[in-house]
Amino acid sequence: MTGDKGNEIWRQSARAFFQAEVERLMDRLYGTALRLTGNRSDAEDLVADSLAKAWNRLSGLQDRQAFEKWVFRILINGFISDCRRQKTRPCEVGADREGEFSLFEKLHQPFLLWWGTPEQELLDKLLRADIENALDALPEEFRLAVVMVELWGLSYAETAEMLDVPVGTVRSRISRGRSLLQSALWHQAREAGLLKGEAKGTAG
Amino acid sequence: MTQDLRCEEVIDKLLEYLDRELDRETEDALAQHMETCRACFSRAEFERRLRARVRETGKARAPESLRQRVHAIMERY
Repeated sequence: MTGDKGNEIWRQSARAFFQAEVERLMDRLYGTALRLTGNRSDAEDLVADSLAKAWNRLSGLQDRQAFEKWVFRILINGFISDCRRQKTRPCEVGADREGEFSLFEKLHQPFLLWWGTPEQELLDKLLRADIENALDALPEEFRLAVVMVELWGLSYAETAEMLDVPVGTVRSRISRGRSLLQSALWHQAREAGLLKGEAKGTAG
Repeated sequence: MTQDLRCEEVIDKLLEYLDRELDRETEDALAQHMETCRACFSRAEFERRLRARVRETGKARAPESLRQRVHAIMERY
């Protein structure tokens, strides 16, 4: 077999593999990019740029089973690079450090155990848009941690390695991110009048 | 043999438990506690449901324009 023919066979096989994987992952990549960038145009650019890099570097990927995490890593790195370039959207945290917030503790009423579960009822009423807004409002580094651990199921160690930070930092960011997310959901629910026994937008 | 945990300890470790970040022994201890503690079990179920709702937001129908861009990239290189 000539070198050219071998190359062509590899290229066809690579193209078929890449197309199938992209088709499988496209909605997750785009959804993740939407959560990271906060708008459709930037999300589209981020996914397109990431997939262009992935396609160009595919020959360097030794284990095709690892494609999913590999392409996700490219997307995350692309997002972080974009963030660093855009001074108006810093990746570093400037968030206030209020105490830990638990939606469950705010809503759960032990004496109602057998008659009602306000916390479960709230989950039934929350719209996807409510959760998107709460997630989108998180400071960048907390949002990154939530996206990587909750949306992509990465371990703390994998997240730490990708972000080049200690595992303890990831543990702290994911905990803080969830706390802020639940706090934001609580405030949104209150504003929307979804909380029983509370007047719309008046509770402290 | 698993260790006995108090509810405070379970709640403190709950999110790491749901993330599968605990060592086997601690994970077993939490699982065992939640077999008999309704309050901790309820909280774990709530957190599970909430994170499932959060996970849903990470998937969105990609626009046709993006699919065409990716196709063009593959043609170009």
